[in-house]
Amino acid sequence: MEQRAIAEAVKAQFPEEVVDIVDHHGQVGVLLRPGRIVDILRWLRDSDTLCMEHLRALCGVDNKKRKTPYPERFEVVYQLYSISLRHEIRLRVLLPEDDAHVESVVSLWEGVNWLEREVFDMFGIRFDNHPNLTRVLLPDDWEGHPLLKEYPLKGRKEWQGLVDLKEKVKRLDQYGFYAAAPTAEEKEAKAAAPVKAEAKVVENAAPAGEESKTLRERDQA
Amino acid sequence: MSADKVVHLPDGLRLFPGAGAILGPLDKLVNWGRAGSIWPVTFGLACCAIEMMDTGASTNDQDRFGVLFRASPRQADCMIVAGTLSKKMAPALRRVYDQMPEPRYVIAMGSCACSGGIFDTYAVTQGVDQIVPVDVYIPGCPPRPEALLEGFLKLKQIIMAEEFRWSNVR
Repeated sequence: MEQRAIAEAVKAQFPEEVVDIVDHHGQVGVLLRPGRIVDILRWLRDSDTLCMEHLRALCGVDNKKRKTPYPERFEVVYQLYSISLRHEIRLRVLLPEDDAHVESVVSLWEGVNWLEREVFDMFGIRFDNHPNLTRVLLPDDWEGHPLLKEYPLKGRKEWQGLVDLKEKVKRLDQYGFYAAAPTAEEKEAKAAAPVKAEAKVVENAAPAGEESKTLRERDQA
Repeated sequence: MSADKVVHLPDGLRLFPGAGAILGPLDKLVNWGRAGSIWPVTFGLACCAIEMMDTGASTNDQDRFGVLFRASPRQADCMIVAGTLSKKMAPALRRVYDQMPEPRYVIAMGSCACSGGIFDTYAVTQGVDQIVPVDVYIPGCPPRPEALLEGFLKLKQIIMAEEFRWSNVR
């Protein structure tokens, strides 16, 4: 089925939810309100004429620095593909800036779990009823969401885990080979200093006065 | 056996023909043995790892230098950090390095491992020398297998020039 026809079918089934249908170089996208996204995707998946079994990709978009006709800042994009009928469609859900959240579709496709976690990790968009909505790429104690437009390229402050690691490296390197090697000045100072006479403990030391004798001579004596 | 029968080899080594013995500085013998069997633990992180695998394959054949990949840090002499080290991965890199026995060496392979490369961003460590002491830096994006072999030869030179690395007395 042609992409435009699929988009019209979605609009016919859910007229209240479709905001707009856009065509970009032959690729049709359906702009949606977030409310009934699970119903729409379930209908697309289970419909006999559409058969969208496969969710190719799920990603987020931050439109802060982009001129769009819509007031919403964020989008979550669903790329659907029908393996049996070999057609595809793009769904774009518009989300407002102040409370960006949308229903999770893990109930329809298990594999979307990590994709939604990645969108949460990078944009801070929350997915309601997600089984484990935690960070997936960045460490758990990371601050901020790096794909937001206001996030600086190098971050605002260093990740605490790396700061701790550098302290640990400093501590461990005291016992490393390179730290233990004396410098040239230390070697010179050691050579220049007078050698102290130290009491040496020698195993199997000979009794006093018999140092010059060999072990065999001492045994025979 | 008279002293003039002793065969003098380079680097202060002496061969005693009748005795079947070689006499020389322990540094030379130990370093020679170590330099001829560098076993690296692989730390492949990105596309550099593909070149590293290629170096081990038959065309370039790093086995002829005595370089065999080991999958365990406990059996390795050298760690090749091949690729982009993200900050999340950095504690794991240090952990693997800490499990290696002395003497141990590190080769930083590629621009990312040397300095962070093009990834001057929030998530990438700017050079693995912040985390582990690096002996040989190999530039390139990624370096060709010949460059990695050159890196091993440089490491061999470093090992051959060492003094008293086998001893606590330095």
